[in-house]
Amino acid sequence: MAKQIYTKYEMARYLRKEALPTALCPGCGGGTVLNAFANAIDQLKIDPRDLVVVSGIGCSAWIASPYFLADTLHTTHGRAIAFATGVKVGLPDKKVVVISGDGDLAGIGGNHLIHAARRNIDITVILVNNFIYGMTGGQVAPTTPFGAITTTTPYRNIEHPLKIAETVASAGASYVARWTTFHVYQLIESIKKALNVKGFSLVEVISQCPVQFGRRNRMKTPAEMLRWFSKNSIPISKAKNMSPEELEGKIVIGEFVNKEKPEFTEELNKLIDEVAQYYSLGGEDAD
Amino acid sequence: MRYPFPVGAADFIQGDEAIARAAILAGCRFYAGYPITPASEIFEAMSLYMPLVDGVSIQMEDEIGSIAAVIGASWAGAKAMTATSGPGFSLMMENLGYAVMTETPLVLVNVQRSGPSTGQPTLAAQGDVMQAIWGTHGDHSLIVLTPATVQEAFDMTIRAFNLAEKYRTPVILLTDAEVGHMRERVYAPNPDELELVYRKLPVNEEEAKYPFGDVHGDLVPPMPIFGKGYRTYVTGLTHDERGRPKTVEAEVHEKLIKRIVAKIENNKKDIVDYETYELDDAEIVLISFGIVARSAMRAVKELRKEGIKAGLLKLNVVWPFDFELIEKIAENAERMYVAEMNLGQLYHLVKEGANGKAEVGLISRIGGEVHTPGEIVERIKNDLR
Repeated sequence: MAKQIYTKYEMARYLRKEALPTALCPGCGGGTVLNAFANAIDQLKIDPRDLVVVSGIGCSAWIASPYFLADTLHTTHGRAIAFATGVKVGLPDKKVVVISGDGDLAGIGGNHLIHAARRNIDITVILVNNFIYGMTGGQVAPTTPFGAITTTTPYRNIEHPLKIAETVASAGASYVARWTTFHVYQLIESIKKALNVKGFSLVEVISQCPVQFGRRNRMKTPAEMLRWFSKNSIPISKAKNMSPEELEGKIVIGEFVNKEKPEFTEELNKLIDEVAQYYSLGGEDAD
Repeated sequence: MRYPFPVGAADFIQGDEAIARAAILAGCRFYAGYPITPASEIFEAMSLYMPLVDGVSIQMEDEIGSIAAVIGASWAGAKAMTATSGPGFSLMMENLGYAVMTETPLVLVNVQRSGPSTGQPTLAAQGDVMQAIWGTHGDHSLIVLTPATVQEAFDMTIRAFNLAEKYRTPVILLTDAEVGHMRERVYAPNPDELELVYRKLPVNEEEAKYPFGDVHGDLVPPMPIFGKGYRTYVTGLTHDERGRPKTVEAEVHEKLIKRIVAKIENNKKDIVDYETYELDDAEIVLISFGIVARSAMRAVKELRKEGIKAGLLKLNVVWPFDFELIEKIAENAERMYVAEMNLGQLYHLVKEGANGKAEVGLISRIGGEVHTPGEIVERIKNDLR
């Protein structure tokens, strides 16, 4: 039966079939993200051979590897963006995409996220934010809502969540957007834009983890979580006229940044050319 | 290709500078680093030279990111290097293990300073020997080279790249603040005098399917680098020959790790390098490496003058470790001494190698100052009294 599904599912050609079915729990938002990413690649007609996908550790890291059929680098916890930096500098003509989770990229790896945005290196980051450390059993994350119940905040979370999209926007990225797994078509469009933007791009995807987050926070089923995303999402245009109190507990969705700005690998290569010319070293006719 | 420094000629430069120049001559075109004493001069030299040879030197946000970027660049096909010292070396340990597990060629320079923690940032030590060999978690093997002079720092940097590429492994150049900051005469060969090694690439699609398979029977798989259309899957998880994660299969793990270890250990004869001085008839054998070996050499000369039959074994590679060589030397020696700038690290390897055939003593010095030859001579004469 499984085989039938894969032949009918058009995006299956972008997946490592031998790795399927996925290890994701039923109802996980990871599949939606994988589907949206594959659709974006398909619509842009990007040859997966021109793509390097890098991930860290955690459930969301598995969206990229093993499932996506491209050169994939499944790295250490939190460090995907730093690995991707080396890949991008080495292969500036390839699309380099990082897909990983909130704990991985904004928790343990938060420093790399901020500095890659500041550098404005042409890497697309799809950050799957499910508010929780899912793979390790539902521990509190830097994105967990205030007051939420997790296995390491069994009474309630007394910390405040990091606003990832806003942080990366102020760090200097060229493109920043946030959607949820409820907003699939907008998500695909944003991933496409992010892939085409020259510079650092982040698409934060609020995603459901009914198993580790939802069921401990009065949202047992995936549908309940998606309903919560739908109800609580505020378009950024509307959010601009709302007070912080009104925005408490809301999910601001839309495009935060979309601007042209000098990109790191381009600047790097420009510098190399300038310097080489000035000192007349290197080049074809240099001995 | 022209180089932004003299080649086919001698120059009077620091060890750190020599490492940077040698790396460029070895074909290194990607460097990522983070400032740290006493390794920063390598980074500064790389920043100055790299754009002139169509290479890249970038500063990362920390040492974890530096080695991560180096691994990424290596998979993008570049010969890549980073350099650091104690605190940064500690931060790099996890990704060093990732490089071992994913068989990523890279050179990691540790210009040792005195630790633990921030310790004595500007002063030399040899306290990271065991960390270089065993610092990353899990069973593994890698290569650790130990230069004693600025010329050796230069030559061993080139060798480090060659070994990394040949065996698809991280190689550590374990030097120290003395060698790193000392200025000496260094001969940089002409590029055409150099024998450079490049990693094996897959010759066809079929070979590329096995990025972690012993397809040539030499334990070193060809490396299907990124961007060539192979769609290689690389993971730090235990993986099969095709790179697919197999995290609960004991036999897959055993096969992978035993091959990764064997590709180093079975090639010990090719990798291990040492020098001897007055060893043939030596009753007292000094064993040393790095900067201390130079004091030890002088000590042997002094001891010989006083009629004591002393000899020196200077190790240029501390891992893989030639235990058999130590045992052979121990058989003909009355007493062996390990002189090192720590409280006893190589000492334990030598003791295991000596296998009880000779008594092994430790001549230890910490605090940032190298042993004087006189100290070594005095200690040995005292013991003989």
